[in-house]
Formats: sequence, structure tokens, C-alpha cells
Amino acid sequence: MQFSESWLRSLCNPSLSSEELCHVLTMAGLEVEERRPAGADFSNVVVAEVLSVEKHPDADKLKLCSVNVGEAAPLQIVCGAPNVAAGMKVPCARVGARLPGIEIKKAKVRGIESSGMLCSARELGLSDDHGGLLPLAADAVVGEDIRRHLDLDDHLITLKLTPNRADCLSLLGIARELSALTGAPLLAPEVKPVAAVVADTRQVVLDAPASCSRYCGRIIRGVNARAATPEWMKRRIERSGIRSISFLVDVTNYVMLELGQPLHAFDDAELSGAIHVRLPKPGEQLLLLNEQTVTPSADTALIADDAKPLAMAGVMGGEHSGINDSTRDLFLESAFFPPVAIAGKARALGFSSDASHRYERGVDFELQRKAIERATQLIVETCGGQPGPVVEAVSTAHLPARKPVRLRTARAARVLGISLDAERIEGMLKGLGLALERQGDDFLVTPPSFRFDIEIEEDLIEEIARIHGYDNVPSRAPVALMSMMPATETSRGPMALRRVVAERDYHEVVTYSFVEVAWEADFAANVAPVVLANPIASQMGVMRSSLIGGLVGTLIANRKRQMERVRIFELGRCFQRDAAAGPVTGFAQPLRLAGLAAGSALPEQWGAPASRVDFYDIKGDVEALFAPRRLEFIKAGHPALHPGRCATVSLDGRPVGIVGELHPRWVQKYELGAAPVVFELELAALLATPFPEYAEVSRFPAVIRDLALVVPQAQTLAPLLAALRAAAPAIVRDVALFDVYQGKGLAENEKSLAFRIVIQDTQRTLEDAEVEAVIANLLAVASRDFDASLRG
Amino acid sequence: MDNLDQLVASATSDFAAATEPAKLEDAKARYLGKEGSLTALLKGLGKLPAEERKSAGAAINIAKERIESLLTTRREALKSAQLEAQLATEALDVTLPGRGLPRGSLHPVTISLDRIEQLFRSIGFEVADGPEIETDWHNFTALNTPENHPARSMHDTFYLQGEDGKVQDDVLLRTHTSPVQIRSMLAHTERYKHLETMPELRVICPGRVYRVDSDATHSPMFHQVEGLWVGESVSFADLKGVVADFLRRFFESDDLKVRFRPSFFPFTEPSAEIDVAFMGGELEGRWLEIAGCGMVHPNVMRSGGFDPEKYTGFAFGMGPDRLTMLRYSIPDLRLFFEGDLRFLAQFN
Repeated sequence: MQFSESWLRSLCNPSLSSEELCHVLTMAGLEVEERRPAGADFSNVVVAEVLSVEKHPDADKLKLCSVNVGEAAPLQIVCGAPNVAAGMKVPCARVGARLPGIEIKKAKVRGIESSGMLCSARELGLSDDHGGLLPLAADAVVGEDIRRHLDLDDHLITLKLTPNRADCLSLLGIARELSALTGAPLLAPEVKPVAAVVADTRQVVLDAPASCSRYCGRIIRGVNARAATPEWMKRRIERSGIRSISFLVDVTNYVMLELGQPLHAFDDAELSGAIHVRLPKPGEQLLLLNEQTVTPSADTALIADDAKPLAMAGVMGGEHSGINDSTRDLFLESAFFPPVAIAGKARALGFSSDASHRYERGVDFELQRKAIERATQLIVETCGGQPGPVVEAVSTAHLPARKPVRLRTARAARVLGISLDAERIEGMLKGLGLALERQGDDFLVTPPSFRFDIEIEEDLIEEIARIHGYDNVPSRAPVALMSMMPATETSRGPMALRRVVAERDYHEVVTYSFVEVAWEADFAANVAPVVLANPIASQMGVMRSSLIGGLVGTLIANRKRQMERVRIFELGRCFQRDAAAGPVTGFAQPLRLAGLAAGSALPEQWGAPASRVDFYDIKGDVEALFAPRRLEFIKAGHPALHPGRCATVSLDGRPVGIVGELHPRWVQKYELGAAPVVFELELAALLATPFPEYAEVSRFPAVIRDLALVVPQAQTLAPLLAALRAAAPAIVRDVALFDVYQGKGLAENEKSLAFRIVIQDTQRTLEDAEVEAVIANLLAVASRDFDASLRG
Repeated sequence: MDNLDQLVASATSDFAAATEPAKLEDAKARYLGKEGSLTALLKGLGKLPAEERKSAGAAINIAKERIESLLTTRREALKSAQLEAQLATEALDVTLPGRGLPRGSLHPVTISLDRIEQLFRSIGFEVADGPEIETDWHNFTALNTPENHPARSMHDTFYLQGEDGKVQDDVLLRTHTSPVQIRSMLAHTERYKHLETMPELRVICPGRVYRVDSDATHSPMFHQVEGLWVGESVSFADLKGVVADFLRRFFESDDLKVRFRPSFFPFTEPSAEIDVAFMGGELEGRWLEIAGCGMVHPNVMRSGGFDPEKYTGFAFGMGPDRLTMLRYSIPDLRLFFEGDLRFLAQFN
């Protein structure tokens, strides 16, 4: 809502500076978004009358003007404007004036002395119009300061209104609020009924009273549709951000801005019979003023006459029934359409209008007659015409109810945390124009017809808080019962986990939860992703079911920035339809942690050989994230990953994620150069941490034996290690692989796996024979089940 | 016994001349070894007359002790010279870089969220989490925002396409973290429904939220933190106290100016917008909108299972992205979502 400060001050003028006034509004919940001067900063420009115009002797395009600026002698001014003419009144910058970018000095122009400058709108910073001099009204007083004449010390104020304050979508509403806030009197415009001069009326029928519960209509005959809009009115509506079109249109906008009541003017000659407010007939179409042909939905009310639809109620008039320059007879509409009837109607058609914006938030339902009288008064004053009587159709039952709301002083004090007494509250409520009945310390408050946001006690408590001033509510340190927060040792939070990942040289990224459909297909083989109905861009069209796409996308972006070594991770949700999942039925939304490493294993450094990050580097990271729990890595296939370099990560026999090298196909498709290694893990599994379990520390010496087993090349470690561990008696503290060897001394299809076996008892020193028996048994198991032999 | 003094003098110079341990041991042998001169003198004592033997023996022993002492000193000197030499050859260029993996980084918004969580935990708030594909009921209806409510146009909501290809109207991408308020309240009231008076509910809910919006200051996905405190005597004054305290702690600025001004949210009444102004730096004195808050609307209390007559509560919602931008003077929101390592690595 934009408006002119001087217009507001004509309705309520507290003794506050412009800045202070804006602060008061902002702190009362009418946030001032912008405040700017109506005119540029200049001085010494006055209203002047051009007395005569002659050709400049030495220049074709220049003219010599004799100009009256209200002094005894006229000034001689050289002017190049095409529209300069004797008799016109224009702004004249006197010698010494400072205009935006220009200082006016006495000067010779092509040999002729010039004592000032006649100004265009652009030279005064009023608009971009540089087509000629800015013509002033014929009755402008010569010599008057132009700032005063055009009210240029005014400010344009823009409010960012919240949707509950429809009552402030008018100057009168803002003034009412300002009066309640400051105590300055409200100077509402006097609106007297305009007596009917002719008897002509049109019958108004409310066929759909739920969509229109009050409709005032009036015929005005014989208006001059070509009458010019008075300067003051034009200025006010233009400073409210509405273009001046013609007087009859301007006057409807003026009254809407002033009182908050949207009006519509029909060309009465285009109407036939009675006016109906009704729902559309099936398939009925209407061409709107914005040249859009619409087929209104079944619940959209129309204004119609006996023959045809005329306008979309509360939204926009029709093209064919509107007024134009040749209109002689008007039919003026001032109606109340309840918010529910209008809400969403304009939006559904892809536009918004000043009328629909007001109606869907709530227009004062007692205002219609006053507004039509106000408009009539202004029309008759300016362009004549004979008004007929106002016809009012009303369905009282469908007018908004204004139920009294109980306000308890004690409750207000409790909710706000301040001390309040009933006298103070009574004063504040009355200041807001609320009708009330006091019952001890309680009040029964009946909201006025212009407020649509007072339905419950809390709404009144907010009013109390606003008038009391939010600033005047103390900031209190809260008092509460103290009890300690739980600090469990069997889980950690996502923050702690993130820190562990970052310690291993991963940088955290946050990527969009909506991704390209191709990423879902490539990295998750997901052909039925969750699709957004209204994506912001096609490459953000589907919800991710894996974090890998976002990480690969981040790798690509960083490669473009010449980053060779990229190590990143993300913790976030993935999304998949799953009928059995919750808490939102039908969607699984697990949190996951995923990482990606590409480039060299270590940053390039003098002290370590350069090597590219590989599966085992990242497997080590995954193991470290779960440590001290032991994971199983089971060879597996995954659509994103190299089939031979990919494993399912399994914890306690349950899959909790994957780790592997990106599939060469995607490395090629996404031009990644070398394959990155990625992992993606279920967050829940990562957050559980084992409670430490004490085991006795032996005081007896440990025996350490190495066992190098030659096995077929294709033998994987895990089953062999598991078998050795299973076969080891309790005195074997640990069996661990420490070397893998292939090459000289072994056959082509063989490899050697070397295990270190730590044997120790907690109760005694072991005998050699026991140790030998353990080793012999392990060897026996390995050779029996895995075709292993002791390496010679 | 000039002879002995000479011997000591000669040993002194011989030992000094020995620059390696082996040579020193050779020199030692010449004096103290089996065939050494002192040894010979001691052996020769027996030949002396008895009355001279005692004094001669004492003199020889003194000389021997002196030579032994010289030897020990020289040995130590050689040993330490040798160590010095060894240390010199082992000296490293300590200015060469250390070896191994450097450290990665946390996302700057994560750092803020972590601090926010810590600050609120310190006054007894728990951290709650909720789904990002949310029901329309939790995101709007339960928050006193029925269908066609003008406030719904304040959010440009992402909707999902159902499996039939049509827009699914019962679910959406949550437009704020407020639905976690509802989930937390319902869980709390269910858990304590057997009690006449329930314990207080203090919870914050950080997370990602989504709106159809994208420019330098808006991202279609961004972060929010919701806070909620419900109890028997929670007031607007408490809300002001908690939020102002938080903001001053978060920005580590005791003189941060905080103001509350009336605003409108369907789920709170009274509602307020929170502005801050810094007392220094580039933004000095400018009011910056930073969060919305208010007393929980009675309809929302009811949605969460609380009797609004018995309990009152406050809620606030703020943007950790914006808090992070202000804290670290980051000019563009988009930096948070572009994954540029040159940017991210600054936060380790």
C-alpha cells in the first residue's frame, strides 16, 4: 500500500516528523517498507507565466521569452522547449537555483542574456518526461514556490501490510490507526448524501447472497466523461501508485484509496434491465477489461444484467460494459463481497486487482452507501450530471457476523507478562474505535465492521500489546524448573558425526533435495522418483533418493574451478515412495551421510608419494566412522558403482550403506576424468555408538605368531578370516591380516595372505605346546576349507 | 717427583690429541694399560726401599687418579662431540610442511546450527526433527492456516505429482519448520496425558525448508530453526527475553540492539517480527529483519493437544542462513548451495 504522506496528514496530523510518523506506524505493525521524497531536492523554482515568445535571432530552435515571475519587471529567458507558448504557466528556475545536476546562472545563450530556465518535469526530477515544459494549472499563482504549488515536500510512503490488516488498505484506515496510536484527532472527510435529481434506478437482485450480501447502485445521467481530473486528485492517486486514466476512472480509484471501498462504473447505456449478482451459467464466458476471456468457475460470482454477464464480482469489470470517453450515463456500483467469495479467484486466473486484493482480505461491510455518496459528490462537483437515488440490496443474514469477544484483563496480563489494569485496557480499546461493554475487569468487545481480524481474545490481547507498545513489554529472563538434559553414551548427534567426517578431510556441502531426473536414473536406477508438480527448473524436477547425484554435481562444479582433489560429504534426507513408511504415509525419508573423494589420496606433498584415492582409502574412512564397531563389506552391485569395486556395508548382519568406485560409464558420461570413490550410509546406524565393554587385561606375556597362507588368487579374505576367527579358541586374542603378496615364489593363480595371531591367556603363561596346537589347528581349518597351504 | 708430573702432562697432551674414542683408548693403554707407564711404575714400587715405598706409592696413585680423571673428562668430551656431530647430520628442515591428511570443514550454516543448538540446550531446549515431505495438515491446517487463508499465498509451496500424474494435494515440501512444532506438541501431550499438569515443552527444530523462490536473497531450499516453549506461565515478556538473549549470545555482542514489532502469522497471536541492529561494522545502525515469533495461537495449542486456557507458549522461527551471512559477512545466499570448495574450506 503506497500513499502520500500529505494526504494522510490531511486526515490525521500528529505533531511528529516524517521519520517519527513512519516509526510509529512500523512499531504498530504497519511496516513502512519505503519512504521517499515526492520531488527531487531543489530550490528557487517558482510558478511563472510566459508573457510573450519570440524567435531567437541567431538560433532556429531557441526562443526568447518574456516571463512573469511575480516581480515588477518580467525576466528575459531563452528557451528551447517545443511547447513553450505565450500565456502558459510553467515552472521557472531563478538565477541561483540548484536543480538536480544543474546550477542556474545568469548566462548569454547565443549572444542573448537569459535570466533563468523554464523547466520540464525531468529537470525537476518529477518524471522522465522531457518532451517539453511542465505545464501548470491555469489558476496557479505566479511567483509561488513550485515546491509548495506541487506539494513536492511530500513523501511517498509504502507500507508492507500483513494480510490481517485489510482495514489499513485505505488512507482513512491508516489515519484511524494513527489517531489511536498518537491521540491526534481523526479528520475524516465529510460525506453527505447527494440528493437524487432524477428518479431513474435499476433494480438490484442478489441471486447469490453468500457471494454478495450488500450492493448499492446508482445511475448518474449526463456526465461529462471528458472532464479533466483535478490536479489535487490526480496527484494523490498518482502518489499512491495508480495511473491517472480519466476522471471517472480516477474518481473510483480515489474513493477506493480514501475509504477502502472498491467501486465500479458501468456505462449505463450498455445495460439492460435489472442488475443481478449471480453464479455463472455453465460454459458462460466473459471478456475482462484486461482483454482476458475467462470462463468463471462455478463458485465465481458475476455481475450481470438481464441479458449478459457484465463483470467478475469483486475482481474485474467486463470490457464491453465499462465507461469510455463518450459515456453519458453512469451506473455506479459499490458492493460488499465477503472474503471467502473472492479469495483465490484472481490468483486462479493469474492476476491480481486492487479490488480483489481488498475484498479477499476484507472490506468494511458498512461502507458501501457512504462510498457511493462520496463518489457521487466528487463526480457531480467535477463533471456534472444528475444522480438518481441509491438502490441498496442487502442480505443481512449473509453479512459478516461481529460476535462480541470476551477479554479478561488477567488473561491479557498473563499472556503478555506485564501488569495491566482494566482502566488502561478500556482506554486503549476505545481509542481503537472498538465497541465494548465492561463487566468488572472483563470486557465484551464487539469488533467494528472494518476489522476482520478480531475473533478471539488473543486478537484483542495483540491490540493491547500494540497500543501498549511491544517496546514497552520487558525482556524477561524466563523462570523454569531446572532439570538436567539427558546425556546418553550410546548415541551421538549428527553434529558430532559431522565433525568426525570433517576431521578426515571431507568438506561439508549442502546440495538441493530436488535433482535432475537423470541423476536419479544414473546413480540410483530410480525410474519412479518422487516428482515435483511445480519445480523451479526442470533440472530440479525430482526428489533425490540418493545423495550421490548431488556430490557428483558438486565434483563437476569444482572441476570447472580447477579443483583436482575434491573430498566432500553431505548429511541430508533422501526421498522415496514407500506405502509402508511414515511419519508421512507413503514416503520414506531417511537421513543419510554420503561422501565422495576424487583426485589424489593426499594433497600433493613432498613427504608422501602421490597416489590416486582408491577404494581402500575410502573403505578406511567408512570403517573409521563406525569404529570401534566391526563392519562387513559384501561384494555387491550398485547402479552408480563399478561392479567389481563396490561393496555393501553391513553392520550386525544388516546392510547400512554402500561404498565403491563410480561406474566407468558415469565417469565417462559426466566427464570426470578419474573415477571418484563414494560412500552412502544410513545416518541412524552411524549415530548409535557402543557402550564400552570392559575385558580383563592380561598380566601374562602374549605369544605372537605369523601365519602366511597361500590360497587361490580368487579367494576373498572375509570368509577365510571369519573361519580362522571362528576356529580360534578363547586364548586367541586377535587374528589380523597384515600382508597380501603375489608374485615371485608363488604360482600365477596364487596369492599369500599373512595373518598375525596374538595368543594370550589372562590366568597363566601359555605352554609352547598349546600355542603350536592353536596354530596347527588354524592351518588345518584353512587348508581343509580354503585349499590353503603354508607358505614355504 | 718431576717424573710423575711429566707423565701427567704427557697424558694430558696425548689425550687431547686423541680425536676419536679408539685413539683415546690407545693413549690410555700407554699409561694405564698392562704395559702402561704408570702400571710399570706401580710394579716397580716393590723394588723400592720400604721407607720410600709408601710415599712413592701415594704419589703414583695421585698421578694415576689425575690421569684417570683426565681420561674420563676426555671420554665425555669425545662422546658429546660425537653426539653433536651425529645430531648435526640428523638435523631436519623443520620448516618443511608436516605430512598427512589436513582437516576438512563444516558447512558455515552447520556451524551456526550447532551454535544455535548449544545455546538453546544450555537453557533446557531439546532438538527435534521432522519430515521434509510433510502433510498439508501439519504444514498449514494445524497451524491455523486453513485452505484459502490469505496467509497461504505468503508461501509459494512446492507440491508433488501423485503416481497418477496429478498434483497430490495432501502432501507438500514443508514451507517452514513449524510443522515440527505440531509433531513435538502431539508427542509431548500424548506422553504426559496421564499427568494433571504436564512438564514444560522446550524444543528447537532445525532443518531444510522449501519455497518456490530463487534470486540473490532467496533460494528454493533454505534452512530454518523453529523454537517452541509451552508451559503454564510462558509470556510474551519471556519470549522477548529468550530471543534477545539468544541473539546477543549468537552474535557475541552485548550491545546488539533487538526490537520486536507487531506482525502477522496465522499460528501466533500476538505476533512479532524481530529486527536487530549492530553497533559497529558495515551494517551499523540498520534494522535487519531476522526472525518471526509470537505467542502460540490457541487453535495451534489445541492442534497440539494442549488446553490453551491452562497452558501458554511462545514460538519463533528464524533463518540460520541469514544469521550466518550476517555473522561472517557473506554477501550472497547462493554461496551456501554451490559447493565451491574455495568458499567452504574457509570454515575449518
